[in-house]
Amino acid sequence: MSASEAMARAASTVGAIDCDLHPAVPNAQALMPYMDEYWREHMLRRGLDSENYDLMAFPPAAPINVRPDWKPQTGLPGSSLAVLQAQALDPLGVSFAICNVLHGAQAVMSEDLSAALCRGVNNWVAGELLDRDPRLRASILVPQHSGELAAEEIERLAGDKRFVQVLMLAMAELPPGRRQMWPIYRAAEKHGLPIGLHAGSTFRHPLSAAGWGSTLLEDYVSYAQGMSAALNSLLVEGVFQKFPDLKVVLIESGVTWLPASMWRVNKTWRGVRSEVPWLNRLPADIIRERVRLTAQPLDAMDGEALGRVLDQLGSDDMLLFASDYPHWHYDGSDPVPPGIPPAMLKKMMVDNPRATYSRL
Amino acid sequence: MASRHVVAAADEIPPGGRKIVNVRGRQIGVFNLGGEFFALINVCPHQGAKLCEGAILSQLVSDGPGDYRLERQGEMIRCPWHCWEFDIRTGQSWCEPNDVKAKTYNVTVEPGGTLAKGPFKAETLAVAVERDYVIVEM
Ligand code: FES
Repeated sequence: MSASEAMARAASTVGAIDCDLHPAVPNAQALMPYMDEYWREHMLRRGLDSENYDLMAFPPAAPINVRPDWKPQTGLPGSSLAVLQAQALDPLGVSFAICNVLHGAQAVMSEDLSAALCRGVNNWVAGELLDRDPRLRASILVPQHSGELAAEEIERLAGDKRFVQVLMLAMAELPPGRRQMWPIYRAAEKHGLPIGLHAGSTFRHPLSAAGWGSTLLEDYVSYAQGMSAALNSLLVEGVFQKFPDLKVVLIESGVTWLPASMWRVNKTWRGVRSEVPWLNRLPADIIRERVRLTAQPLDAMDGEALGRVLDQLGSDDMLLFASDYPHWHYDGSDPVPPGIPPAMLKKMMVDNPRATYSRL
Repeated sequence: MASRHVVAAADEIPPGGRKIVNVRGRQIGVFNLGGEFFALINVCPHQGAKLCEGAILSQLVSDGPGDYRLERQGEMIRCPWHCWEFDIRTGQSWCEPNDVKAKTYNVTVEPGGTLAKGPFKAETLAVAVERDYVIVEM
């Protein structure tokens, strides 16, 4: 990076904490040594070791999911640690980066197989990433369709402080606030792990509330809508009251939709709050205190409009710096979107991530 | 200085009851909560609905998800338009008690005998010495 390029940056990424980095498991074969004995044989018996476990929500070949200049010659984007170091960690100079592995382990129908695959992925993350680069931290993948099994996985890994978050997809079999999911939140809260809700879906229902879309374009735009619904579910079902120390991070779903969504939930709550008497404060105030968002993508409009919309968030504590490597949300070498108000920018690189991820 | 207005005979508004009255051209709701009288302006601070004609309800209380209790039964009024709730005793909205309030008026109950000495204004009511009356100060 040239000196003038460095000058033009909105904020220096040196020493920053990257809150959304996407390494990939190269293939199911790579997981096999990390699986329990029983499930390794199960995979072989069923030929599951030659499946790819890509999430439908993130087709790896889709251009939006890998920037052209980051596309590896072979293998999945993000699947080589050396490339990831050379393209993301080293040039950005971050102090830590939180690995969010997007993997079909969280989406398979069988709860037991899902749990086994999540254990395999988490073990792979520890062995292939965390043991090899001290800058890396990671989210725990959980079989999110089973609250109990997910909580067991959190307990299994909670002793390893390099795991700093629990990863869930925003759209799954149930809205995330439902009580069947609470064992996950109980375990996460107990161990100081925020819940990272990542854009995406296990495809148990259409991504759009209007039904199944025909295109990636529709699906992709709908992630923000799905995230808004997931957040409303957590709020309204009382997860923030039930688990007073739990934090939630909304990952990779844009930011600028949130002020309008907060306004709408506040307004509606005033009239129909009798459904949920435990929701005894303005919902937007609860969001400001307990919810954080990764700032890539931001879904930024041009110029001053962005500053106005971000001011409406009403808090400088909410944004977390993220490269979102290798997804294609920006070009060039600066992952910090332009136009973020200075006070917000100052906190989002290090202070906000540190306050959010107490295990860092 | 506030003037005192006789707006109803006390036994016209039984406990749990209300009466909408006119005082100096303003509509006021007078409520009887277990023998204590309170008065609110009949205009919702949100968008002006006739607040005092809404449902009289309890305060909903909860210690957390799944916990449902009623407290202070009959002491909240719900606006007929957008269902914001107000505390009949204080006029405070439930949702934003410090910022959104309905105007309240002082109410007293006095025997007709005392009232006969004045000063008071009984625009529409004839006062009989043997009855008690509800007085609103405005
Ligand atoms: S006018 Fe009373 S709540 Fe809207």
